[in-house]
Amino acid sequence: MDLLIEGLIAFLIVGAGFFGIVGSFGLAKLPDLMTRLHGPTKATTLGIGGVLIASMLFFLWERGHFSWHELLITLFLFLTAPITANFIAKSFLHRRMSRRTELPPTGSSKGWATFDGPPIGADGEPMAIAPADRPGGRDGERG
Amino acid sequence: MIDIALVIGFSCFAAALVLNLYRLTVGPSIADRVLALDTMVINGIALLILYGMYEGTAVYFEASLLFAMVGFISTVAYCKFILRGDIIE
Repeated sequence: MDLLIEGLIAFLIVGAGFFGIVGSFGLAKLPDLMTRLHGPTKATTLGIGGVLIASMLFFLWERGHFSWHELLITLFLFLTAPITANFIAKSFLHRRMSRRTELPPTGSSKGWATFDGPPIGADGEPMAIAPADRPGGRDGERG
Repeated sequence: MIDIALVIGFSCFAAALVLNLYRLTVGPSIADRVLALDTMVINGIALLILYGMYEGTAVYFEASLLFAMVGFISTVAYCKFILRGDIIE
């Protein structure tokens, strides 16, 4: 039984290391940022998940009691990974305004949120989200 | 058996960190660099947890949880700065 659990933990660690290095290799190898996002956000999350499950089993096997820290870290990372990827993709689109023409239509009266102006309020004025007199403006390509 | 697996895991994540460092120095756009830093944080968390298993202590869980939070907040702050020119409006 001990050998079985030990082998399972070792397999999880090696598999997690494989996924981690594949994700980072994809980050270094792929040609464009939109494709590069696939590597880290999928494979590294699998890698972290494998390491955390291995650590959970390891402390359960060695100490005999269950530790909840890993579940906290897993929950936090799995919640934040898509938000981070979305933010990075949005900032990438924002920096490359020439991509505006390549994007598919949204199918509604509003354009893509990254490129669109602030929403129009009930009084017909744009809702004040940011000061209008900012240098560079909303759609300016900032250096 | 776990010792050998830990050594393999350490070397895999260390090589992943080197690849991220390559993307951080080369990466043509700013978003590439933010992505590389975010991935470095995730690989660092994996290294911390593996080191906690190697030492047999649970001390490193708090460190990795803090590391995850700081990494997420810094990535979001950086992207917010690129998008809006400001972090808290």
